[in-house]
This record gives sequence, structure tokens and C-alpha cells, in this order.
Amino acid sequence: MPTSSCSISSPSDAVDPPRSLKAASPRKKAVERAIIALLFAGSTVAVLTTIGIVVSLVFESVRFFQIIPVTDFLFGLHWSPQTAIRADQVGASGAFGAVPLFVGTLLISAVALTVAAPVGLYSAIYLAEYADPRLRNVIKPALEILAGIPTVVYGFFAIIVVAPLLTQGGEAIGFSVSSESALAAGLVMGVMTIPFVSSITDDAIVAVPLSLKEGALGLGATRSEMIIHVVIPAALPGIAGGMLLAASRVIGETMIVVMAAGLSADLTINPLAAVTTVTVQIVTLLTGDQEFDSAKTLAAFALGLLLFLVTLVLNIAAIKIVKKYREQYE
Amino acid sequence: MSNVEHIEKGMPRRHRAEKRFRFFGVAAICSGLLFLGVMFTSIIIKGAGAFSQTVVRLEIAVDPDLVSGADYAGLVKAALRKDFPEVSERGDKLQLYKLVSDGAAHELRRMVVDDPKIVGKTVIVWVPASDDVDMAFKKGLTENRRLSDRQLIWIKTLSGKGRMETKFNAAFFTSGDSREPELAGVATALTGSIFSMVVCLALALPLGVMAAVYLEEFAAKNRWTEFIEVNINNLAAVPSIVFGLLGLAIFLNFFHLPRSAPLVGGMVLALMTLPTIIIAGRSALRAVPPSIREAALSVGASPLQTVFHHTLPLAMPGVMTGAIIGLARALGETAPLLMIGMVAFIVDIPHSLLDPATALPVQVFLWADSPERAFEEKTAAAILVLLVFLLLMNMAAVVLRKKFEIRW
Repeated sequence: MPTSSCSISSPSDAVDPPRSLKAASPRKKAVERAIIALLFAGSTVAVLTTIGIVVSLVFESVRFFQIIPVTDFLFGLHWSPQTAIRADQVGASGAFGAVPLFVGTLLISAVALTVAAPVGLYSAIYLAEYADPRLRNVIKPALEILAGIPTVVYGFFAIIVVAPLLTQGGEAIGFSVSSESALAAGLVMGVMTIPFVSSITDDAIVAVPLSLKEGALGLGATRSEMIIHVVIPAALPGIAGGMLLAASRVIGETMIVVMAAGLSADLTINPLAAVTTVTVQIVTLLTGDQEFDSAKTLAAFALGLLLFLVTLVLNIAAIKIVKKYREQYE
Repeated sequence: MSNVEHIEKGMPRRHRAEKRFRFFGVAAICSGLLFLGVMFTSIIIKGAGAFSQTVVRLEIAVDPDLVSGADYAGLVKAALRKDFPEVSERGDKLQLYKLVSDGAAHELRRMVVDDPKIVGKTVIVWVPASDDVDMAFKKGLTENRRLSDRQLIWIKTLSGKGRMETKFNAAFFTSGDSREPELAGVATALTGSIFSMVVCLALALPLGVMAAVYLEEFAAKNRWTEFIEVNINNLAAVPSIVFGLLGLAIFLNFFHLPRSAPLVGGMVLALMTLPTIIIAGRSALRAVPPSIREAALSVGASPLQTVFHHTLPLAMPGVMTGAIIGLARALGETAPLLMIGMVAFIVDIPHSLLDPATALPVQVFLWADSPERAFEEKTAAAILVLLVFLLLMNMAAVVLRKKFEIRW
């Protein structure tokens, strides 16, 4: 007579295995399937969010472009989205040429990347190739604090310290620096981006095979020659991908520019002047009391759509570059 | 010239280049750390003052006539006139009244409501000084453009009699926003932030864990899974303001949820935090060795039992660390909250998730925009409160990782 080999209970139970050893009942299986379906539903929230973003931005933008032609928006040189108090007011319809905003955004981003790229790159190289491991363990997290500080804090710092310093410094050497200059906003934003650039550079450098480095050193290269001629070229795709990600972050950054850059939509590439950016205008258009269906508020969604698309392209390009590069060594 | 000579000739130049290269590295690190140091120092120096407050001792005769007319400000003014009887001109009197805060009248009203027996008696009260007096007194009464010479003399007289002193500014933590810098506090913003964080965690943690478990343990490797992954990675890099636009269009305009509510703020922040938690959760699950799963499966556990009884509990410290880091980021986030209207001037402390509220970083933004100089001090102080919370959260994440991390 077959008995359950693992049963340690009385013989009367022997023919009937403990409940937990029975094959799962159909009901239990159904419950498990339901739970897995629930888990699946959880994983689709990310997709739903993306769909939500795209649908809401596109929907409102289409309504905006019914009022203002797409070409006027993308190529217009004049931005003054005021709402009319009286119907016959001068410029009552507002002007929605977004080129000054694009130029302002690019100007501030350029300043920021000019700061973040070399500083981030050099600190990552130094920490990866020169620094004592103990020193590295202290300095790396310290630099990463820069990325954890809320952006309002940077904005405040830009207003109370950096901007006055630049204005005074500019006066001393005979330049007139606006109190809300692109330079101040860009500088502070650049500092915020340093750890971002350095951590990606660090990943890329560490991924370069040791044999390449040893080969260069074995041929008599100095450490810096090895880094410049072997490590950086080998890590270049990773670094480039990191720069693209940094650019996408800088373009989408809001609070620093809202606080430290201005609202004046002048078309200029002078970093000492006040410029405005896409994100600043989104905030300006949507805060305060106003009706929701005016061209003014819809314009914010059109700008948002543009911002989303540009950052999306940058992100996807960056991820592609980094992935392609990884395949070379792994 | 032989090869060796040729190489040796170039060596000094190459060593100089090496030194230069190293110097750039050190300079880059130092400039980053220097910026960090200057930023923290200047904010601490600016903000430290806001944690103390100047108070003035007044002997107030609680006149029943004025109380019945609810003219509590009149009581305060009468007390000031009694202290400086020589002040008679109207302009001078106005200057005199400006020594103490408008909050003095509110405080007096509260005292009368609490204890109506004081009506008709003379009470001694410490009332807050006005913002300009507060700033001047804390800085040691030097030259001050915001105060007249006469006001400075009055202040010196009062402080000479020991009737002015600074005390810990408890009101900064217990009161809401105010137009008067000396009365403004972070309580509204702090409550709003805490409410938003609770909503954010309650939504993002379960959803994040569910998504991570599904993608790591159950999902087939197909195009759909890949699509979800691309989505998650991309969402992690979408500018935060775009999430604000999403919240405005979907939560407010489509579902008609209330503006300025911490509930909506928390929902928007949850969507932003979700990718962080999913990514952290997946790497924590991946770190659990397959032997654990195989052992569970081999003794007859179903795949679901394996995950929920064994894999997930072992991965939980990693998941929690990711959640705290994501939450810390959400706590400092401002831009999406501006989009959904959490940027109003709000005095009352919110009591529910649907009451209008602001959040700590939004309060920083609002105060940084205010013209009064005294708000600069408040802004820096609010930043310090925010940074303390961030520090605590990050420390919790580090401790959690150190304490529960299992190295397989």
C-alpha cells in the first residue's frame, strides 16, 4: 500500500496527504492568475502615464494651433502672450512666435553645459584614474550632493549670491550684466548638472577594458596620454550619450530659470542679458488666475509638447548610443 | 640623435602636460566642492536669523471699551504711547506703532478670548517686533536705512530697559504663511508637503513594487515588455514640468479634482517617482540569487508564493532604499506643483488631502519672490528645514542599505 513518504502524522492520515501538499485547486490557480494580471496592470501604469502625457499635450496643442498657425508659432520672432483687457487693445491677440524662447533656452543650456561638461569630465577622470580609493569614497558622494539639492535652492542661491556677484563683477570691468542674466542661471544650472555628467563619464571610463589601458602604459605613455589617447576615445560614445542626457535635463529644468532668468522675450545671444526660456513661459502662462481656454494657456501646452518631444528625442538618442557602445566590450 | 635622446628630450614637456592634466582634475573637483560649500554656508548664514525672533515687552491696559469694539490694535498703540509720552505728532506716532508687529493685536485678542477676566486689568505681554525692527535688533542696531533715527532711539531705549530680547522663533514652525515676514511660518507648507508625500508613497510604492515584480519575475521577453521598459526609462528623464502639465490636463481639467490640493500634488509626484521605484525594485529583485527561487520552487511553492514569500522579502531593503530616494526627490520638486495650483497664498494649515495647501519648496519659491527683505531670511530658513528633511531621508536610505543589505 503506498504511503506518503513525507508524512510524519498518524497512519490514518497517510493516504490523505496534508492540505498544503495537494495539487493547487482550480480556484487557487484562478486567484494566482488574477494576482499576476494585477501585477501586469501595475506595470502598465508607466505606459498609461506616457499615453496620458502625449494625449493631453497633443489635444491642447491642436486646439492652440487652430487659433495660432503652427508656422507662426515655430518661426515667429515675437513673443508677447498678453491677454486683452479690451477687445480693441493694441496687440490684443498676443504674439506667439516662440523663436526667442528657443534661443533663450539654448543660450542658457549652452552656458550650463560649458560649465558642466569640462568640470564633470575632469572630476570623473581624476576620481576614476588618479584618486586614492579612500579619497574617492569621500569625494564622490560629496559631489553627488549637488544633484540631490532641490532646484529651488539653486534658484535662491542664484538670486542672492551669483547674480549680484556677476553684476558687481561686470560693473568693475565695464560690462553691464543684467540682474537676471542668462549667465547666472546657466552657471548655477551647470553646477547642478556636474554630478550627472561625472557619474555617466565614470561609468563609461570604468567600462573601458583594462587591457587597453595597460597596453598604452606598456608602450610608455604617461597616465594623461593614456587617458587622452586611449580611454576617452574608447569611452566617447558613453560620454556623448551622457552629454545628451545632461542636455535634455538642462533644457527641461524649470525652477532655476523661473527664479534666476527673466521674463523678457528678447531675441539675443548675449549671455549677459536677460532671456526667457520655454519652461519659464509655461510656468508664467499657467500660474495666476485666468480662463483655461484662452490661447495663452493653450500656448503653454504647445510649448510643453515641444519640450517633451525634444527631450524624448535626446533621451532615446542617448540610450541608443550608450547601448550600442556597450555591445562592443561585453 | 638617437631614439633614446629624442624621447628623453620630450620627457620634461610630457611630464608638464601630465601635471597640468592632474591639476585640471583637482581644480574641477575643488570648484564643485567649493560651490557646494559656499552655497551651504551662505544659506545657513542667511537663514540662521529666522530661527530667533525679537520680542518687545509691553504693559497693556486692557481697556474694556476698546475690547468691546474689538480694537486690539488700539490697545497696543495706547501702550506704546504711554511708554513714549513725548511723541505727539501723527507721523511720529505712526513710526512708533511700526515698532511692533501687527501680530501683537492678534496675540492680545487670543489672550482675551482665552481669559476674559483680564479685561480692565493691566497685563504684561511679550509681543513680536515688526520685521524691520527684528532684523535691525538681531544685527546689533547699526546703521539701517529701513528705520528712522527716531525709531532707532526708541529701540535703544526699550532694549536699555531690558524690554527687548530675542527668543527662539517657535511660531516659524507653528504658523502658516503671512504677508508680515515676522509672522510667517512654514507650518502650512510642511503639512502640505507631508500630505503630498503620504499620497505619493501610498500610490507609488505598491504600484512600483507590482510593476517591478511583474517585469522581473513574470514578464515574457517580448516586444510589449520591451516597450514598457523603454517607457519607464524615458519617463525617468521627462522634465518634471511636463508631469505638471499632465496633472493639470488630466486630474484637474478632466477629472475636476480640486486645485491646490495635496491629493493631486501627491498623485503627480507619484507618477514622477514611479520610474525610480520600479528601476530600484528591479535591480533589488535581480540581486536575489536564483538559488532562492529554485529552492522554493523545488519544494512545491507556486511561482507567486516563491516571489511573495521569498524573493520579495529579501529584495525589500533595496526597494525601500529606492523608494526613500525617490521620495526625497519628490519632496524637493517644485515645478509640477506650480502647474496644479499649489502655489497660492495659504494661511490656514490644511486638515485634509483636499484642502488647499502649498509645499515646502513652493513656499521657498514664493518667499524668494517677495520684495520684503525679511523674507530673504525666512526663505533661507525654509530651505534649511527642507534640507534637514532631505538629509534625514537620505540618511535613512543609507542606514537601511547598510543594515539590511545582503551580499550573496
